[in-house]
Amino acid sequence: MTTRIKGLVLAGLTSTAALFSSAANAVEIEYWQYFFDARVTAMEQLIENFEAANPDITVTMTHFPYADYRTKVAAAIPAGEGPDVVQLFYGWLNDYVAANLIQPLPADTFPASKIDSEFFPMVQAMKDGDAYWALPTAVRSLALFYNTRLLEEAGVEPPTNMEEFLAAAAAMTKRDGAGNITQVGITAGMTAQDHHWFREGLVRQMGGEPYANDYKTVNYNSEAGVQALEFYTDLFMSDEPVSAIGFMDEPQAAFKAGRAGMHIDGSFRIGSLNKTRGLKWGVTELPATGDGVRSNYSSYWVNAITTKAEGEKYDASVKFMEYITSDEAMQIWLDVVGELPAKPSVGLTEENANNEVFGPFIKGLAYANTTKFANESAQRQLMVEMVERIQLQGMSPAESIAIAAEAEQKLLDEYYSK
Amino acid sequence: MYRNLTIRQKQIVWAWAFLALPVLFYTVIRFYPTGNAILISFQNWNLLGARTWAGLENYEKLWNDPVFWKVFQNTFLYLLIGTPLSLVLSFVIAYHLDKLRFMHGFLRMLYFLPFMTSAVAMAWVWRWFYQDVPIGLFNNILSGFGIPQISFLNSTTNALPAVLAPAVWAGLGFQVIIFMAGLRAIPTSYYEAAKIDGVGWWTVLTQITLPLLRPTIVFIVVFSSIGFLRIFDHVFNMTTNNPGGPLNATKPLVLMIYDTAFNGFNMGYAAAQTVVLFTILLIVSLIQLRLLRSE
Repeated sequence: MTTRIKGLVLAGLTSTAALFSSAANAVEIEYWQYFFDARVTAMEQLIENFEAANPDITVTMTHFPYADYRTKVAAAIPAGEGPDVVQLFYGWLNDYVAANLIQPLPADTFPASKIDSEFFPMVQAMKDGDAYWALPTAVRSLALFYNTRLLEEAGVEPPTNMEEFLAAAAAMTKRDGAGNITQVGITAGMTAQDHHWFREGLVRQMGGEPYANDYKTVNYNSEAGVQALEFYTDLFMSDEPVSAIGFMDEPQAAFKAGRAGMHIDGSFRIGSLNKTRGLKWGVTELPATGDGVRSNYSSYWVNAITTKAEGEKYDASVKFMEYITSDEAMQIWLDVVGELPAKPSVGLTEENANNEVFGPFIKGLAYANTTKFANESAQRQLMVEMVERIQLQGMSPAESIAIAAEAEQKLLDEYYSK
Repeated sequence: MYRNLTIRQKQIVWAWAFLALPVLFYTVIRFYPTGNAILISFQNWNLLGARTWAGLENYEKLWNDPVFWKVFQNTFLYLLIGTPLSLVLSFVIAYHLDKLRFMHGFLRMLYFLPFMTSAVAMAWVWRWFYQDVPIGLFNNILSGFGIPQISFLNSTTNALPAVLAPAVWAGLGFQVIIFMAGLRAIPTSYYEAAKIDGVGWWTVLTQITLPLLRPTIVFIVVFSSIGFLRIFDHVFNMTTNNPGGPLNATKPLVLMIYDTAFNGFNMGYAAAQTVVLFTILLIVSLIQLRLLRSE
């Protein structure tokens, strides 16, 4: 009752205000995301544009550190506080739906058939029946960064296939008198993006299928999986290694310092590499196999309307969702954050696809797969340990991959049985 | 009503009036969360959904989890290596520093400095010391002499001592100060008597100094044991990319709890681990307090 009276008073006030000002702010909605400098800047621009087009809606953005994000969202929404539109990682969707934190997007504004045809296919993971739960503005994929100077110094071209890749890595590796590596040809470390490269890249390229049954069954414990793992561990464990685990502490640090010839990373790394003084770098697609098979990994953050949004706030939220998934918003996101548009119509424009920085990532989207994680950090940890068992305990790749597969299956079973 | 109370009763009323604040504080900030954690340990909760009853499931899972036993072992390794080592080191330093007059204050400051430094900053600096060539200080020195590199952190055997070393070093300053205060508190008359009797330094040390330092020693043992059982920041910051690794070789219980709760969002399981840690801390502290009481 009191809220109704409050609403009436508020409506009265705002309509009075509307008489005097043409841009009265009738609805205020709240948007939450985690703090990442470029993403916040991009969202500020989007909100500004949106408010200019919809003078009767105000969008307030709140952001906080990634570490607190989930806890705060979980605490706020059931209490009727917090965001009307919220950003979440695609892998969290099941949890958010199960906890009744978000509501499906209205089918009239976001018809599934239209989204199916307009967005990159991996976005379909957000679909449930005829309705989409959430939509991304941008997606990410992997590509091979290379240090232009080191490449020139070694007299090699940016590699296009595995053979050239290994040759280039060997040419750029340097050792001191004692045989210690002082410059790596390629960075390595499952702690960074390599676990994605292994799962969705190497395993598929060797002819395998990392998961089956909609990512509920681990399937990389196969001949292809072992082959992929051997290819990977050979980088730093063969007689003439071209890499070292933990070289200069972190792969991207080694690349930034100009001590690594090549480095596999996501499109989100572009911004920080641009800020690195004195580093000349280029980027190309992940190496293909000899017979031209390519595979990539993509991931994305999505936006969704929370269950807290009702009435006019809901309508305003729908409008806002419409804008932040529009072509215009995607182009702004690409320009500011460096993350790739979620629609081929925007991403695959002549200009973007041939862009020497974004191009390789955008091309990668065409053959990318999105792993459905149950617990990304735990699943990554299993990959890290799989390599450690081989390197530190001398286990064979076949044995180690079997242990990893078994542990990951257990984790998935536990997650999906809830 | 208040007027009719006796002075004794009034004193009690006032005592409780002043005590009310800390009691309230402890109830809200300590006891309620503790009770809640024990409750959650019998439930399943992913932070988002509803809590559901799990009975003893979380404890059963813990019992059958090989990682937990590894972590349990690590936690006690930190305790069993860390506490005696830092005790002996800090006593030796304090004992000699106490006898030294030249630059006494400056040296004491140097020993105390690491204790004042942020554990995070310190852990990162040590982490870089431990790296391989070309950036690691220790390995650069080794390779300068043509000695093969040592894997400090990327090794299942070397990693735990490597992580423990800066933690011991960081706590040393505090323990040295406490020991020196303890040494100063021993009445000089005992030493004078010993001198008159002409006993050797070893006898003085074992018959006078150490027995009279007992309360100090017990305090330091309790204090540093709790510290090593709860070790987290050094381990986490030195192994952030692979927390507690390699292969869980450095993972202490607190890190496992953190990981289960805030990466796995398995609050029930994390709470069960917390209850186990709580029990261990309780038992260790009770044993040590018992030793103190037997004085």
